[in-house]
Amino acid sequence: MDGKKEKGLPVKTRRIIAYIVFVLITILCLFWFYVLFINATRSNAELNRGFTMIPSKYAARNFKNIIHGTQPIFTGLLNSFIVAACTAFLCTYCSTVTAFAIYAYDFKLKKAIFTFILAIMMIPTQVTALGFVQLVDKMGLMNSFIPLIIPAIASPVVFFYMKQSMDAALPKELLESSRIDGAGEFRIFNQIALPLMKPSIAVQAIFSFVSSWNNYFTPALILKKDNKKTLPILIALLRGADFLKFDMGQVYMFIACSILPVIIVYLCLAKNIVAGMTSGAVKG
Amino acid sequence: MKSKKGNIVRYNRWGYFFLIPFAVVFIIFQLIPLCSTIYNSFFKHFFDGIMEIGPEPVGLDNYVNMFKNGSIWTYFGNTMIMWIMGFVPQILISLLLASWFANPSLKLKGKAFFQTVIYLPNLIMASAFAMLFFALFSKVGPINGMLQSMGVVAEGSPYDFLGHTGSARTLVAFMNFLMWFGNTTILLLAGMLGIDTSLYEAAEVDGATSNQVFFKITLPILRPILVYVMITSLIGGLQMFDVPQILTNGSGGPKNTTMTLIMALNKHLFSKNYGMGGALSVFMFVITGILSMIVFKMNKQTEK
Repeated sequence: MDGKKEKGLPVKTRRIIAYIVFVLITILCLFWFYVLFINATRSNAELNRGFTMIPSKYAARNFKNIIHGTQPIFTGLLNSFIVAACTAFLCTYCSTVTAFAIYAYDFKLKKAIFTFILAIMMIPTQVTALGFVQLVDKMGLMNSFIPLIIPAIASPVVFFYMKQSMDAALPKELLESSRIDGAGEFRIFNQIALPLMKPSIAVQAIFSFVSSWNNYFTPALILKKDNKKTLPILIALLRGADFLKFDMGQVYMFIACSILPVIIVYLCLAKNIVAGMTSGAVKG
Repeated sequence: MKSKKGNIVRYNRWGYFFLIPFAVVFIIFQLIPLCSTIYNSFFKHFFDGIMEIGPEPVGLDNYVNMFKNGSIWTYFGNTMIMWIMGFVPQILISLLLASWFANPSLKLKGKAFFQTVIYLPNLIMASAFAMLFFALFSKVGPINGMLQSMGVVAEGSPYDFLGHTGSARTLVAFMNFLMWFGNTTILLLAGMLGIDTSLYEAAEVDGATSNQVFFKITLPILRPILVYVMITSLIGGLQMFDVPQILTNGSGGPKNTTMTLIMALNKHLFSKNYGMGGALSVFMFVITGILSMIVFKMNKQTEK
């Protein structure tokens, strides 16, 4: 040791404390998911007998039971996927278009519009839900995915993130020089700006996919037909049904199926996501 | 190379063109609904069974009833209590973790793994997570099983977590904490990493302890970010819905003590009480609008 004295606890002790806290918090975060996946592999009778940490062998049977059960999980998975994928695509593409409009051009209302979008960024969708549902009803779009997908085109948060990434990753000279080469504005956007923005688009696509996948409030107001319901609505139904009548193994399996896709995607792309989170946040 | 002035002007018109999708969708799906929500709040319009009553203009009656009735303050109180119960531990743990992450002298390993883990709950479907907690903490669930086998509660008399105000609120707050502390940690970490390291070096030369460094340097510099985190979290907290809704099956029980503002709004929407729903929406809009303006002003200041 170099003999430099630290007042307070020595570095080594503090490091050990830090590691202990890390381990405890890791357990706190993962424990619930561990129990979930263990319980999804157990039969109702085993679950009633009490909790163990060891997986059992009823996963396949639980899965078969929920497929043939009363809750249409496959339609739910498919519906959720359609809505989330379309939302992610439209939201990121159109937000990049909006960001490009503000970033690449100088027009009179530019500042005013930019300020306006930032000002409305934090306003929650719930406060307009009443008028939204009435409007959707008048348009004859109840039980349709359209009112869940199209509004994502105007996402101020994604717009703001894309605008910031453009400031960092899209040189204006490049746009200028391709203009001189005679490229049209559409081509400049699609073939020059878009490829450069790919990393940021990917991060935002994942975020908008996940938030649409997890969304419960608005879909529950719009989708009333059984064959249109998304996963969160089915979970709410599962909660509303008489609990003890259920095979608990199936309940756990159902929950596992609805969160597993997101966990897998997240673990594959975790590095980009956490990095993207940070780079979006640093600017503050 | 410089392009001609006329060309620049012509290019710049494309700015408006590219804004069309955003503008059209915003006006149709956000602005018009907002206006009609406000409009609805001035009418008496609800369903009594299948009988439609109204719409009949009543001026501010819906607002007067809403505040006189008093239930809105109960829901507002519930929402705030559960938000605070989740937010206080969240900000403390996040500060601690972020300061360890940002501290180079600790030379911690496995930071990337740990960040991945703490951010995970944020991406989990809140309704599924709440359903999971309901199953785990129900009277016949594994948590009660463990408590009984450990002898914490008597065999055969499981603790009814959702039947008591304290434990029900704690469950909601705990889930909110679990879902958001990773996010907050990463935000605070980004702020801490942005602090000029020469400040730390100077403090070290002067012989400051790590506690002194944290309270005298890190915290003051971090204050704007902390305020930002708090207000954005408050806006999110006011929207609290999925977790208590699924956990209590929409009842807000026991005795409405976990009923949040948005859960009440959701009830109005399902029972088609457009007048009261509108008034509650406008109330929420005003509160979140004021808070948003604060965030907006802060963002503008940091840009300068």
